[in-house]
Amino acid sequence: MFSKILIANRGEIAVRIIKTARRMGVQTVVVYSEADKGSKAVEMADEAIAIGGPTATESYLVQERILQAAKDTGAEAIHPGFGFLSENASFAEAVAEAGLVFIGPTPHAIRAMGDKIESKRLAEKAGVSIAPGFDGALTSDEDALKVANEIGYPVMIKASAGGGGKGMRIAWDDAGLKEGLASAASEARSSFGDDRVFIEKYIHRGRHIEIQVLGDSHGNVIHLGERECSVQRRHQKVLEEAPSPLVDPEMRARMGEQAVGLAKAVGYQSAGTVEFIVSQDKEFYFLEMNTRLQVEHPVTEEITGFDLVEEMLRVAAGEKLRWRQEDIAINGWAIEARLYAEDPSRNFLPSIGRLRRYVEPLGMEGVRVDSGVREGDEISMFYDPMIAKLIAHGRDRTEAITRLQRALDAFVVDGIGNNLVFLNAAVANDTFRSGTFSTAFIEEEFADGYFGHERTEAVLQNLVPIAAMVHTVGALRDSCLSGQVPGQSWRPSRDWVVRIDRKDYPVSATPIDNGCRIDWAGASLRVNSEWAPGDRVFNGYVDGRPVTAQVVGTGGGGYRISHAGAAVALQVLTPRMAELADLMPIKEPPDLSKLVMSPMPGLLLRVVVKAGDEVQEGQEIAVVEAMKMENILRAERRGVVKSVNAAQGDSLTADQIIVEFE
Amino acid sequence: MQDIVKMLEEKREHARMGGGQHRIDAQHAKGKLTARERLEVMLDEGSFEEYDMFVEHRSIDFGMADQRIPGDGVITGHGTINGRLVFVYSQDFTVFGGSLSEAHAEKICKIMDQAMKVGAPVIGLNDSGGARIQEGVASLGGYAEVFQRNVLASGVIPQLSVIMGPCAGGAVYSPAMTDFIFMVKDTSYMFVTGPDVVRTVTHENVTQEELGGARTHSTRSGVADMAFENDIDALLQVRRFVDFLPTSNREKPPSRPTADPVDRPEFSLDSLVPENPNKPYDIKELIHKVVDEGDFFEVQPEYAGNIVIGFGRMNGSTVGFVANQPTVLAGCLDIDSSRKGARFVRFCDAFNIPIVTFVDVPGFLPGTAQEFGGIIKHGAKLLYAYAEATVPKVTVITRKAYGGAYDVMASKHLRGDVNYAWPQAEIAVMGAKGAVEIIFRGDLGNPEKIEARTQEYAEKFANPFVASSRGYIDDVIRPHNTRRRLIKALGMLRNKQLQNPWKKHGNIPL
Repeated sequence: MFSKILIANRGEIAVRIIKTARRMGVQTVVVYSEADKGSKAVEMADEAIAIGGPTATESYLVQERILQAAKDTGAEAIHPGFGFLSENASFAEAVAEAGLVFIGPTPHAIRAMGDKIESKRLAEKAGVSIAPGFDGALTSDEDALKVANEIGYPVMIKASAGGGGKGMRIAWDDAGLKEGLASAASEARSSFGDDRVFIEKYIHRGRHIEIQVLGDSHGNVIHLGERECSVQRRHQKVLEEAPSPLVDPEMRARMGEQAVGLAKAVGYQSAGTVEFIVSQDKEFYFLEMNTRLQVEHPVTEEITGFDLVEEMLRVAAGEKLRWRQEDIAINGWAIEARLYAEDPSRNFLPSIGRLRRYVEPLGMEGVRVDSGVREGDEISMFYDPMIAKLIAHGRDRTEAITRLQRALDAFVVDGIGNNLVFLNAAVANDTFRSGTFSTAFIEEEFADGYFGHERTEAVLQNLVPIAAMVHTVGALRDSCLSGQVPGQSWRPSRDWVVRIDRKDYPVSATPIDNGCRIDWAGASLRVNSEWAPGDRVFNGYVDGRPVTAQVVGTGGGGYRISHAGAAVALQVLTPRMAELADLMPIKEPPDLSKLVMSPMPGLLLRVVVKAGDEVQEGQEIAVVEAMKMENILRAERRGVVKSVNAAQGDSLTADQIIVEFE
Repeated sequence: MQDIVKMLEEKREHARMGGGQHRIDAQHAKGKLTARERLEVMLDEGSFEEYDMFVEHRSIDFGMADQRIPGDGVITGHGTINGRLVFVYSQDFTVFGGSLSEAHAEKICKIMDQAMKVGAPVIGLNDSGGARIQEGVASLGGYAEVFQRNVLASGVIPQLSVIMGPCAGGAVYSPAMTDFIFMVKDTSYMFVTGPDVVRTVTHENVTQEELGGARTHSTRSGVADMAFENDIDALLQVRRFVDFLPTSNREKPPSRPTADPVDRPEFSLDSLVPENPNKPYDIKELIHKVVDEGDFFEVQPEYAGNIVIGFGRMNGSTVGFVANQPTVLAGCLDIDSSRKGARFVRFCDAFNIPIVTFVDVPGFLPGTAQEFGGIIKHGAKLLYAYAEATVPKVTVITRKAYGGAYDVMASKHLRGDVNYAWPQAEIAVMGAKGAVEIIFRGDLGNPEKIEARTQEYAEKFANPFVASSRGYIDDVIRPHNTRRRLIKALGMLRNKQLQNPWKKHGNIPL
């Protein structure tokens, strides 16, 4: 085994690799960019080497600096993680030339699988199912029309060098095909410098299912079953699980066999993933092979008991696989949710800033968190917005879902927009729970975007008692204030009205040991919890059901409670107050100023919007420097920029108009 | 006897109806609660004890002799908020438009006198069309009687005004002299002269809302301390606010039990101050992370944002926080922020509330607007307030403490009781670059020399050690321990005694 390895990556995956290496007694070196100085990975690694500026092209993609860092620290091998240089064959070669070991497949395998057309040909030869219609790169439109009509519409046009959804088009008829070919080719040319495209049968309502393979340098390859990653938003995976609700043992064996066959055909000797597109009637077709560790690898680890990073290190060090295919068994169900710094209520706009509060749901049964951040860290604009992965493991899918839901409810993230509540709504969705979804899941189920206001009857059954209990605990505590008038034994009311969006839920709350008895709508139930004023996470039981929720008091009986995919602002009032609250006017959101003005005399460092831009509330508009400090001016509301009235470098007076909205 | 009781009940019923059902409906149609409904929301259920329900005006001119409504447009009395005594008056817009008559003023004065005697706050709910014009000078006299009591009560009992309707002309001066003014958005306004007069005199076209609405006063003029969405929000927040205040200057601030550990570490505070000294950070994060349960009642949140003021609790007891805010004007002191801070410091000092100050101040804001506006005198107000204060004063310098602003912000030299610094603190006359450009003016042509000198200056002063070697800083503390250290310091200072020399009163640079 190596005594020291270098990790050419950052964030969550760097931390993940360090953890395994440390357990194995292998020392770690991380490289880091300026933006990652002091990051969790840097703090955890035995050694850390700065390799350049904050953008990836200045640091994590600069091969020479990474190799130099390995030489300087005496690392024997390099783990590339995922993204960055992980699927770069020439980097793998350079590592070998430098006398180091690349912890991954051979450059040959990377190259062979890197080209979509080439990999399909290889796969076909290895006996892997290929979508009907594939016939290599297209030479002309006529060629394309002929193929499309043979296989029948709809067809998918794909770029040979493609990835991330770029250069992909769906065509439903001849006209659409011609149009799609031109635009796919031009997009492919601008994105990858390669305009070759091909077409294949488009699998309507398809599912994305992939097989984890593992090979060694002695010609052994096994597979570790499948993962389903159909829940995606614009080709970005959101929820992943293993096994797949669609796959049966016989299908798993066939898919696995094909994947192993392909891996053997290219002499694959590391962890890799063979992706398939699968129709609802369980026909599966080869999509591509990813020659690296996948983001979603933990779900496979949870159900197989493997540590894939450890296996990668072992095979890279020349060891033989310690298992045969028949040793592999599946234990239970695992689901992973990706926490993104993206705000679903602002159309998933990436959000940057300081993690004011960040508390992982640790210590919950069957819950694992892979992350690269800590409270107080800065989420920068330079990298992928994924900040953590939450993985729940259970005996079956239902248990895994329940555990994931509670863990999501207990995960505290403040300071930046994030998709926690959305993740919980997706997991709570009936279609997801039924297991009958496709890659169109999010577009279909959340067609109008997501705002967290949706709440089901089941959620209310928890929200209302929690609100009543929390308020009662607070009111009782407030009644212990010092300096009360003696002889007026004032005690707060037991009757409360939980008011949500002007709808009243009258309850009666009686304090009992460790909680409250709540009488509501003719029924009596108990809320048991150790919750105390100021606690963010409510953990307890509502009518015997274990429930986790997050509670933020906003003063005056107001609370924001999020639970099971709903984020609700509510008020707990006395019945009389609730009656009077009906008299309060309903106000339109205030029409704030349509101007962004300089708050002080200063220098306009930059304006980041232009006329016609649509901006979201809170979005950065301009930066003004004064007192040698940068002041970021943000949009007070959403709107369209009418005009920009000042230019970069201008000296501004106080209240000078910089940007006007329509 | 039976008849008298029956009559009493009838009279009460009559008085409770104020100006009658149609006026009550009109009040509701404007999105406002009635004077009595407001008291129901603000006070503990069943605690209100009314005075002078049957008082009527004594005017006979202009047909007033036939128009008498018991109570005369204001409801007065006392009640409790979370069990603690408060005196209240609530003007009733349904009765003569809530206008102030001689009798109306007498009712207010009566509860103010009572509140002074027993030491309890006065909360005024203002909703009045102004002076009772039919009464002429008697009404004006009534106002002045109230003003005089506001002044005498100032610093003795907390006075709080909630503007829940019109408040114009002379009427504004009673709230103006109270400690805090809360307003309700869209349904309240305050101005000395209304839009009509403004149009005639200055030819400015302006609406009531623009001229004196809650938004104007909470963001532009700084007259209002808080603005709330509606009557209920405002009144519930009054309840929350009053919980922070002592009932009089004879009392210690209130305390309540908390489960928040006194030694709760906050490791993320270690990375709050960015490495780049020119990068801002939000000082409110520090306040929220050190106070009990993250519960901070910010005062004037939308005015002069370069200074943050408000109340929180430490180990259960009220503390006033004053902090420079680096995200606004780099945390510089200017006219508005100095006045805002000074008034708050004096309130805390008057009512025995310890002051915790977080300092990150690069200096006073330069510019003609500031100098012509009299920053010298306004800045002096904050200096005066801190220097005069005898309550426990604990200060933490989080980053910059430059120049005169360092002195002002509760420094050791102004009788700071405990002065801490974070390791990133820079206590100096100015930033290293500026200092070197003055001291080594002769070397300006030589960038290398300047660079070396800057380095030297930064090494000497861009840290808390020089100040701590002189004892200006008692200790350098780790940011994550800030809560624990503050609570320790405040506990030590609990029985602090300090008297200023006897004087009639000082002469603060007003």
